[in-house]
Amino acid sequence: MKPKFGIVVFPGSNCDHDAYYVIKKIMNCEAEFLWHKNSDLKNCDVIILPGGFSYGDYLRTGAIARFSPIMESVIKFAEDGGIVIGICNGFQILLEAGLLPGVMLQNISLKFICKDVYLSVENCNTIFTNGIPSEKKSLKIPIAHGEGNYFATEEILKELINNNQIVFKYCGPDGDLSEDFNPNGSMMNIAGIINKRGNVLGMMPHPERACDPILRKTDGQFIFRSVISNLIKNN
Amino acid sequence: MFRAQVIIKRKPSILDPQGKAVEKGAQHLGLTNIKNTRIGKYIEFDVISNNREEAEKEVNEYCSKLLSNPIMEDYQFNLIDLNSYDNK
Repeated sequence: MKPKFGIVVFPGSNCDHDAYYVIKKIMNCEAEFLWHKNSDLKNCDVIILPGGFSYGDYLRTGAIARFSPIMESVIKFAEDGGIVIGICNGFQILLEAGLLPGVMLQNISLKFICKDVYLSVENCNTIFTNGIPSEKKSLKIPIAHGEGNYFATEEILKELINNNQIVFKYCGPDGDLSEDFNPNGSMMNIAGIINKRGNVLGMMPHPERACDPILRKTDGQFIFRSVISNLIKNN
Repeated sequence: MFRAQVIIKRKPSILDPQGKAVEKGAQHLGLTNIKNTRIGKYIEFDVISNNREEAEKEVNEYCSKLLSNPIMEDYQFNLIDLNSYDNK
């Protein structure tokens, strides 16, 4: 079985081709673009909301994309247990759509930050992370965003902790957690979270930019490979 | 018809780095009495309706579902009756 990934294209998406390329050429799976005005998910096993600046980031990041026709289908797909991955702007859209809790504020520095960061895997029992080798102290994956400063109310934060929904945190190369490694002011160094059910992942770093060996960083593959092997195992 | 004038502010508990950065500019201008600068949004639009209550309901929905994010923002609005304005 070759899992099929659907990559949603919004006006202003700009990481859609990277995601398509990685899924098809590096991970050897099926990939298909899904135009935001359509509502057919074309029997995809996984939906990726890619990075970019959907609708020019007008109003708030992800606020308008959330009302695209395709999002109604994505929300239903997620509620039925379908696997959804939101990367960067895709994460912001998932927050606006209410598929994940919280909100993204401007980076505390007010700067757009584009650099490699290290992520500690805080929950290795998810379909997105259970293929990451346990000896890995951190994943090296780049970020590229102006609004990645994760904020949630105290109640939401408590819930995230109690349900083990925090999946990735910004850390040092050896996995050490401290405010020094927090690039954007994000609460508790949060870089990625899942929903309670565990089928929706939102993350600010770009795993699709750390897959092709020609770029000399491939840690992003672990995330896609986890999803793919879980899908194959369950079919 | 009504004209809606919406102001969206960040909740007081939410840091506003943009406001802080702008306030530094005030200090460079020598305006030392300026404090607590916070930046919000002003949005204006018309509501095609002759019923104030109905118009308010629609503006509230627009504000709470799209124009603001209730996790980080509060909104307030004025509704001006353009019909009675024309009659004056």
